[in-house]
Amino acid sequence: MEPEKEPIVRIRNLSKSYRRGSQVIPVLEDISFDIPDGEFLALMGPSGSGKSTLLNLLAGIDKADSGSIRVGGVEITTLDETALAGWRAVNVGFIFQFYNLIPVLTAFENVELPLLLTRLTRKERRTHVETALRVVGLADRMDHYPGQLSGGQQQRVAIARAVVTDPTILVADEPTGDLDRQSAGEILNLMDRLNRESGKTVVMVTHDPRAADKARSIRHLEKGVLTDADT
Amino acid sequence: MLILRLMWRNALRHRLRTFLTILGITIAILAFGLLRTVIGAWYAGVEASSASRLVTRNAISLIFPLPISYKDRIRQVDGVSIVSWGNWFGGYYIEQKNFFANFAVDMPSYLRLYPEFVLPPDQAAAAMRDRRACVVGRKLAERFGWKIGDTIVLKGTAFPGEWEFVLRGVYHGRDRSTDESQLFFHWDYLNETVKKLIPRRADQAGFYMIGVVNPSLAAEVATEIDRTFKNSLAETMTETEKAFTLGFIAMTEAIVIAIRLVSFVVIVIIMAVVANTMAMTARERIGEYAVMKTLGFGGPHIALLIFGESLVISMTGCAIGIVLTFPTAAAFADAMSQYFPIFNVEARTVWLDLAAALLVGTVAAIFPAWRAVRIGIAEGLRRIG
Ligand SMILES: Nc1ncnc2c1ncn2[C@@H]1O[C@H](COP(=O)(O)OP(=O)(O)O)[C@@H](O)[C@H]1O
Ligand SMILES: [Mg+2]
Repeated sequence: MEPEKEPIVRIRNLSKSYRRGSQVIPVLEDISFDIPDGEFLALMGPSGSGKSTLLNLLAGIDKADSGSIRVGGVEITTLDETALAGWRAVNVGFIFQFYNLIPVLTAFENVELPLLLTRLTRKERRTHVETALRVVGLADRMDHYPGQLSGGQQQRVAIARAVVTDPTILVADEPTGDLDRQSAGEILNLMDRLNRESGKTVVMVTHDPRAADKARSIRHLEKGVLTDADT
Repeated sequence: MLILRLMWRNALRHRLRTFLTILGITIAILAFGLLRTVIGAWYAGVEASSASRLVTRNAISLIFPLPISYKDRIRQVDGVSIVSWGNWFGGYYIEQKNFFANFAVDMPSYLRLYPEFVLPPDQAAAAMRDRRACVVGRKLAERFGWKIGDTIVLKGTAFPGEWEFVLRGVYHGRDRSTDESQLFFHWDYLNETVKKLIPRRADQAGFYMIGVVNPSLAAEVATEIDRTFKNSLAETMTETEKAFTLGFIAMTEAIVIAIRLVSFVVIVIIMAVVANTMAMTARERIGEYAVMKTLGFGGPHIALLIFGESLVISMTGCAIGIVLTFPTAAAFADAMSQYFPIFNVEARTVWLDLAAALLVGTVAAIFPAWRAVRIGIAEGLRRIG
């Protein structure tokens, strides 16, 4: 056994509620857990249990009410909007349920988009984009627009977009939720490969047991509380 | 650059909506440009008139004449270089609707005083020799197809009867603002004829036009002239030609103000239209902007996309509008030449077009951009599914 590494994600006493008019809806209540570096974690739970909210918080696209979130040693709850955006650009690769590609950009351009925020030259960007698209097996579809690709192919472009900047963690919100069985399998294999071959930490929200099977560990969320004890 | 490409493609996403918006801007810019040009045409006379020439008229009203004997006394006033005189003739050609400006003037002094009416020397000489000669502007000659040597018959209004002239000269304007649609003929011819028909109206000038030696002393010379005729039978009122022309326009000022107001209202309306388009557009793309923010793009990037798209649309409409303004104004000028002898699209109008379109594009994007920048990412992403 290796000596114990500092966890890549460290969450402590995290709470979040939404306000709808005068009504306060608690979504996450006092959540604490760690995600070790190189983990492939599946977050499961019924609809409305707060999975997406938790994922958004640790990806730095939503604000917690209280508690601490450290990712790669950085306390992200104290970053302001601009700093957080810069942090996301470098550290987070996000994969959405509905792919969320920009429809007027080609596969190549969609993958290039996050690289515009780096200092890479045009040529370097091209190399990175081509590599990322080769990894997801779409090197021959670079000039296709999202509308000309199947759902599975679009999700693979989205994965290429998420990994092209070589982020610290990959987060995926129901990445197979909109796909047929076969495409879903391909996407899961791809994420599994990324996790094993390049050691990327993956956090995936899903309620598909088959998807969860691919993960190395599973956490259950119910009504804003983690139901399985920390190990 | 990818961001610019994205901006451009976003603008072309809803072809019909973008096309209709651009069409709206084009029409607005066209209307704006034409209205400004109408205002310019209104003031063209002022533009063309000189601050170094004086006009002397009867102090009571322009419709009362002055004795011709005044010309020698005006000449003796210090600072006066040239004295010319004339009468508004007010004749028309064949039909009353064929209206244009026509005067009886003392031609030798008149041509010296108005160097902006450029007449070939041989034509000027021929006009001086012929008692019944008339000289017309290039545009007027074109309008009625008159050639040198043609006999032109005008029906008099202020001076009744049929008046025959021989076209001896066609002048062209030295400047773009010079009126090329006037007709003038020898005052002597008018006076001799009037002497025979209506003797009591003979030997009278409608107005004097005076050149001064030193334009900066024009006001003093004017005062001096009026003092000369103080307490005489016909007192005079002398002012610069510019003030004289402005006096005419003052009577129609309300119309000019109305036109100017309408030209701005047009811009405000199109601003609302473009703002509506941009609001719709940005609302549809809230999810995409949220995705871009997730990738690490900040508020300024999103604002750039929205402002850029808005400006692409408004400047495209503006460019087409400006290009169309010129042929439209030319057609308008043709149709309206009797009311607006000078109808030129000024450079300033084009600048105003550009400024207006810039303003429209910018203002239209403010609210959508503000909203898109402000909305939280998680909130924006929820709008997608
Ligand atoms: N912006 C919001 N405003 C109000 N309520 C919200 C908002 N976002 C999420 N919620 C509520 O929070 C709860 C958890 O949502 P979410 O994290 O999306 O659940 P899950 O992803 O597990 O289905 C749900 O009851 C949802 O309605
Ligand atoms: Mg969810």
